[in-house]
Order: sequence, then C-alpha cells, then structure tokens
Amino acid sequence: MLFRPNPASGVPIYLQLMEQVKHSIETGALRPGEQLPGIRPLAEELVINPNTVAKAYRELEHEGVIELRQGAGAFVSGNARAKELTDKVRAGQTVVAAVVGRLRARGVTDEEIRRLFEAELAGLRKTGERRG
Amino acid sequence: MADSLVIETADLRKRYDDVEALCGLSLQVPAGSICGFLGRNGAGKTTTIKILLGMARPTSGQARVFGLAADRPEPSVAIRRRTGFVSEDKDLYDGMTVEEIVRYTAAFYPHWRVDLEQRYLRKFELPSGRKVKALSRGMRTKLALLLAFSRGAELLILDEPTSGLDPVVTEEVLQAIVGHVAGAATTVFFSSHQIAEVDQIADRVAIVDRGRVAVAGALEDLRETYCRVQMVFDRDAPEPALRTPGVVRTRRDGRVLSVLSSAGPEGILDEARALGPVSTEVVAVTLKEIFLETVRHED
Repeated sequence: MLFRPNPASGVPIYLQLMEQVKHSIETGALRPGEQLPGIRPLAEELVINPNTVAKAYRELEHEGVIELRQGAGAFVSGNARAKELTDKVRAGQTVVAAVVGRLRARGVTDEEIRRLFEAELAGLRKTGERRG
Repeated sequence: MADSLVIETADLRKRYDDVEALCGLSLQVPAGSICGFLGRNGAGKTTTIKILLGMARPTSGQARVFGLAADRPEPSVAIRRRTGFVSEDKDLYDGMTVEEIVRYTAAFYPHWRVDLEQRYLRKFELPSGRKVKALSRGMRTKLALLLAFSRGAELLILDEPTSGLDPVVTEEVLQAIVGHVAGAATTVFFSSHQIAEVDQIADRVAIVDRGRVAVAGALEDLRETYCRVQMVFDRDAPEPALRTPGVVRTRRDGRVLSVLSSAGPEGILDEARALGPVSTEVVAVTLKEIFLETVRHED
C-alpha cells in the first residue's frame, strides 16, 4: 500500500496524504502520467473521509502535481512543473539529510530534531540566550 | 460541496425532572459531511438524537432537520422518512431471520435500494437464514447498517455504532460508512466516545459536554488552529494573564508554561515574548487532547 496517513498525529489528514503522494512521485513509486486511486476506493481502503481525499486531490491539482480529468480520475502530471517540484524537493532532501546527520552526530534525538524543524517553520527562534 | 445544513439546533434545552440533560445545545451539520458527535457518557448525545428524531420533546429551543421542525408531529414524520437511524441497542425483530427482516423492512420504503441490499449482504457475509436473535453483536450491527443504508436515506443517524465491537468489526463498520458516503449523497451524524474513530472517518466534529456543544467545526480546521505553545523560563514560570483570544487553558509546571490555543500560536507568542522565556516551541495537538482539555473539569 502506497499511502498511510495517521489520523491521530494532529496533522491534517489531507496534508499527510498530499505529502505521501508527493513522496511517492519523488521516489518513483508513482510516475508522470500514471493514475492515482479514485476517491471512493482510496477512502474505503484507508478508511478515511472521502471529502478528505477529495480535498487532498484538489490541493495537489492546484499545486500542479496531479491532473484531475473529468470522469477519468486523477493522474500524476507529466508537465515541467511537477518535474521542477521534484528536483526542488530532491535538492532540499539532500540539504535536510546533511543537517539531520550533523544533529544526530551531536546526540540530538530525532524527536528533538522534529521539534526544532517545526519551531523553525512556525517562525520561532530562541527568545533569549541560555545562561551557564 | 453544498453548505446547506441538514441538522441545525439552537439553544436546545431538555429537562428530565430535576436533571438538565441539555442546556443550550447549538449544533450545525452541513450536507454531505460525516459528523462525529463526541462526548462522555451522560453528556447529552442520546437526548439530542432523540429530539432530532421526534422521540423526545425539547423543553425549549429549536431543532431542525432538513429545515423541518423536529418537535412538530407532521414534519417529524417527514424527517423520519428521510432518515436512517441505528440505535445503540440495534433494536431489530429478534424472531425474524435475516432474509425476513430485510424483506419486511424493504416493504416500508418505496425507494428501497435492492442493489445496496445485495451489495451489503455479500460484503457483510450475513447468513440470510439465521434468526436475528442468534446473530453476534457484530453481525447485528452490520444488519442494522444494511437496513439503514438500503433505505436510500439522505441522513444517517447512528448512536454509538461501534460500541461493543472488536477492532476488526469496528474497522469494517467504519469502512462501510465511509464507502457508503462516497457512493451516495448522504450525511452521517454519529455519536461516539471513541476519539480515534471520529479522528479517522469524520470531517466534522461536535464535542458535547454537560449539555452543550463546547467545540465544533471541521476537523482539518481544528487540527490547524489548535496548538500548544510551550515556554521554558530560567526561573519559575510566571503566571501570566494572557489576553489573546483563543487561550483554552494555561498550565504552569515549575519552569514550564504551557498554553493551549484554539486560534493558532501567533497572538500568544506576541504576548509571551514580553515574559522573556528562554525557549519557546509550538506543538501540534491531537483531537484527543482537545477533547480531554474540553471535557475535563477541575471541580
């Protein structure tokens, strides 16, 4: 099975699903032009709300990652934008992998790394200097 | 998705002798949604459902289903004609066989969907010749769902549909609900105290606590707007009087100050900066945390 969102994580399920679709494209599990599962079968398979699947697909279409063809279903985009996105994400992955590697080497745990990333993305910095 | 409301109540109150079961319950369920009605035992879930179905009269306030007044006899009949209901006890005629009860129920509904009946008979693997009273709890639940689905109802009201079921049957029941909604223009309103299943299949939630709706909205919105801001100080955490709207709860524990927000972190971060924390982080919260923080009271 390709996708596995975790409803209890606190992260919106449609965002998780979007990430997992993008990840599948990055890794080559899904290729340009290939069809994604329909909304109903995917909702049934993952036992999640069909409106959530529909929302993820709409957002992915908006980002140019997939195309929704009337009556035919959802397909991975074959256009340059999807390619560009893949390259960009791949470049980012290299940077992130290097940073994560360095943090781990310093003994920072994965959970701490995750929180540091989340705090950084939320626009936070340390608001004071630690003393000592 | 149309935004019309299938269920709408305003300031609903219900008093049984000296017990106030509902005290100003306001609820909106848009068409096409799967709405989880989450609350502790005795919070008012079943009373609300009874009022929606005309099985109990509100002491005051309004309840509308399909825009029809639920507390008036004629509209109530129309509501029940368009609504499939599965009670917590899954009351069915025990003396009939599966096949007999399906035929018997079908006779009442001119829009009975034989295709759905056949689909769910196969999917649920219900033994057509077995007496209802000899069915397991899981099979009984599946049969009740089959009867509700096959009616072609526009609204399904399910009172604790998975109570007493094992995890495998629970998953099958949730899957059937999701599949049914995806294939038909149906709204589902289901009560539960299982946070995980609401998390899994609902797109809307209403958390009921002590007779009123304490938190309601689209689950994705709640997941995006609720968060916890955690601040660490180099001294005992101050006791701030945060004025930012959306502060649900503030906890102090030694040098740590933790604030649960229902309106994103920004306002709290702005205010918190003045307090001079050593570090600040924002953590996502789960529906379980939202639920527990809402219904837990320090009496």
